[in-house]
Amino acid sequence: MGSNVPEKYKTLIKDDKRIDGRKLDELRPVKIEVGVIPSASGSAYIEIGNTKVLAAVHGPKEMFPRHMIDEDKAVLNVRYAMLPFSTSDRVRPGPSRRSNEISKVTRHALESVICLEEYPAMGIDLTLDIIQADAGTRATAITAASVALAHAGIPMKGLVAATAIGKINDKLAVDLNGPEDNFGQTDMPIAMISTNKNITLLQMDGDFSKEEFKTALSMAKKAIGPLFEAQKAALRKYYE
Amino acid sequence: MTILYQNKQYIRDNITKKRDDERSNDEFRKITIETGVIGRAEGSARVKIGDTEIIAGIKMDIGKPFPDSPAEGVIMVNSEFSALASPDFENGPPREDSIELSRVVDRGIRESKTLDVEKLCVEEGEKVWMVFIDITIVNHDGNLIDAAGIGAITALLTAQIPKIDKDGTINRDGKFEGALPIRDIPVPITSGLINNTIVTDMNKNETECAEAIFTVATIKNENYCAMQKAGPSEMTDEQMLKISEIAQKESKKIRSAIEAAVKKHKA
Amino acid sequence: MTSVKIIPKNDGKTNKDTENIKTDKADIQNKKQSKKIVLPGDILVESIDFLAGYGTYREGKKIYSKVLGLLRDKEHVISVIPLAGPYTPRPRDFIIGEVTYIGYSNWKVNFGYPNDATLPMSGVPEFIENGADLTRYYKRGDLLFAAIDSVTKGGIIQITMKDKRARKLFNGKIINISPPKVPRLIGKEGTMISQIKNKTGCIINVGQNGRIWVKGDNEALATRTIKMVEKLSHKSGLTETISRYLDDGLKKIGTPEKKEKK
Repeated sequence: MGSNVPEKYKTLIKDDKRIDGRKLDELRPVKIEVGVIPSASGSAYIEIGNTKVLAAVHGPKEMFPRHMIDEDKAVLNVRYAMLPFSTSDRVRPGPSRRSNEISKVTRHALESVICLEEYPAMGIDLTLDIIQADAGTRATAITAASVALAHAGIPMKGLVAATAIGKINDKLAVDLNGPEDNFGQTDMPIAMISTNKNITLLQMDGDFSKEEFKTALSMAKKAIGPLFEAQKAALRKYYE
Repeated sequence: MTILYQNKQYIRDNITKKRDDERSNDEFRKITIETGVIGRAEGSARVKIGDTEIIAGIKMDIGKPFPDSPAEGVIMVNSEFSALASPDFENGPPREDSIELSRVVDRGIRESKTLDVEKLCVEEGEKVWMVFIDITIVNHDGNLIDAAGIGAITALLTAQIPKIDKDGTINRDGKFEGALPIRDIPVPITSGLINNTIVTDMNKNETECAEAIFTVATIKNENYCAMQKAGPSEMTDEQMLKISEIAQKESKKIRSAIEAAVKKHKA
Repeated sequence: MTSVKIIPKNDGKTNKDTENIKTDKADIQNKKQSKKIVLPGDILVESIDFLAGYGTYREGKKIYSKVLGLLRDKEHVISVIPLAGPYTPRPRDFIIGEVTYIGYSNWKVNFGYPNDATLPMSGVPEFIENGADLTRYYKRGDLLFAAIDSVTKGGIIQITMKDKRARKLFNGKIINISPPKVPRLIGKEGTMISQIKNKTGCIINVGQNGRIWVKGDNEALATRTIKMVEKLSHKSGLTETISRYLDDGLKKIGTPEKKEKK
């Protein structure tokens, strides 16, 4: 914070408008396409603002590695990766501490809605490749993942979508973009289930008061609605 | 999923009469080339050949030159067989196939002297541009090398060199010096032998049936700049000559398509 | 007669998409024709007068969809016919599988499912003596059209060739389609597959596991047609569309009859 913030990002909100012209509770433009990878069991491509993600599901299939088999249910293998050209500075290929952690929380964000018990001892592979990153990559990946899982015919109790609530210039705002994420005060990615709006992922770093946290949760609930609609519209459109 | 034994037999038995997808033996599938698909990259392209799809992206950075070429920029080609593309692609370090692909694409660009590496020197012996060409396979339906080669050169042709600020750091705010110094357009064309018949642009099933595979990259003046023979079986010299002639003919068509895509990008 | 609200959006609010389902026959007929697509988490019905069938789950009064599929409402059972997803082996289904391993007293058969099926010696019509060379019957790479005999909860699948429809398949080609589309490819009382067989003159065996074996002069047209059925499986009037597609295709290549005359 403070001294190393470039001049042009010191004011992230002016007259209740953000640097990209959005209102505080406004999502970036959302575009979802279904069935973009023919060799996958299910797939989706998503753009939320400048963040672009490809999601593919392979399976249910034979579980590898075999020592990870769960005889009672399928295992969801999630692999989140940022492609080398997805950010300003090239990302070195291969897993990192960051990508491993995100793969884990993404798995947990989705596991509770998937009827894994219908496929004992099998594996479901979920690959999430970030093609272009402009904040909110894990949230965008989760939103894409549940579309790809639905497209693959995997039984689920509902869809999962995610966004982020942040604090920028002391104000709460939804779906942070790159500069807002880098130079804002707080970032809180959050994922919810479409049916009951229960939360399956929440991470936070920065600074929130109790009141702010409460407000952030209710803002998230409201903001995620249009994401569910976009997911459903994309899946329906595929079958039109 | 690997091909069923009977489908393999079917493709082999019928190849002299017809191909599985009704193409003629030297016929390419539909190729589409899109440019500027990744805003974060200095240059990028998405290439589809039938159901095969790749994304190529160029990233540039300032680095130290190699001691034996202190005034030359550095090219690096890397490919990722993402688990997106096929259930057969395990995650982990690059396997033989992806390393081979990277190296064949690298040789096509390097040996043709496509990139004028001398112009990529910032400060001799200290600072040169490193050009990273990263290729991701999005969907695998065969002929990955040709798709990757087309993607790599298209991405290079549309790439912009970032501006270096006064303090010596790269300006990532969308200020550019100009295009990369590019002198040629190498295009790899891959054909294979199935039941001793030459077949070009093999899909995934055909590739699994191929006894031998031969990639030939051709430059503008119709000379060859890189070749790679793969696959377990042998090939005759006539077959290799025939395949290189096909490469000359097909690369010309594809080069025009690349030039058209780049022209459209710059317009 | 019960009348309940169908709520396609899951926010619980009624909106312009909200429509009524009535359980009288005419309406069910309409429903079938329009083939309503539902998604995981969609509320299908809010009433205790309905039973939650295949592809659904109940929470309180509400029945939700758990798969992407077509809504079906039959005699107060709400179910969802999936449009995608893996094959689930069921006894008496016919599957197409490839022999991958030969043991002392059985064969292992891969049919595109995570677990290979087992064909025991006792599942072959001929009597085989203990210790006989099993490759004399089926060898690696052989393609079998076999019936599923039993499926255990632990995922052990046993198949049999002791059925008059079961056979070894020779020199054809295999096309893969999404397993949930197989019933559509077969059609009502086999109408769809019959017209493809009749018009192309191909021999076709349909495995419930989504593997289709085709052999004949017009394999290419048969392949394209089967892929077309897969793509359009959720559309109404498909039998007619496919009939026209086949006729157009045959015009281009000449019908099998014409070929014979030459």
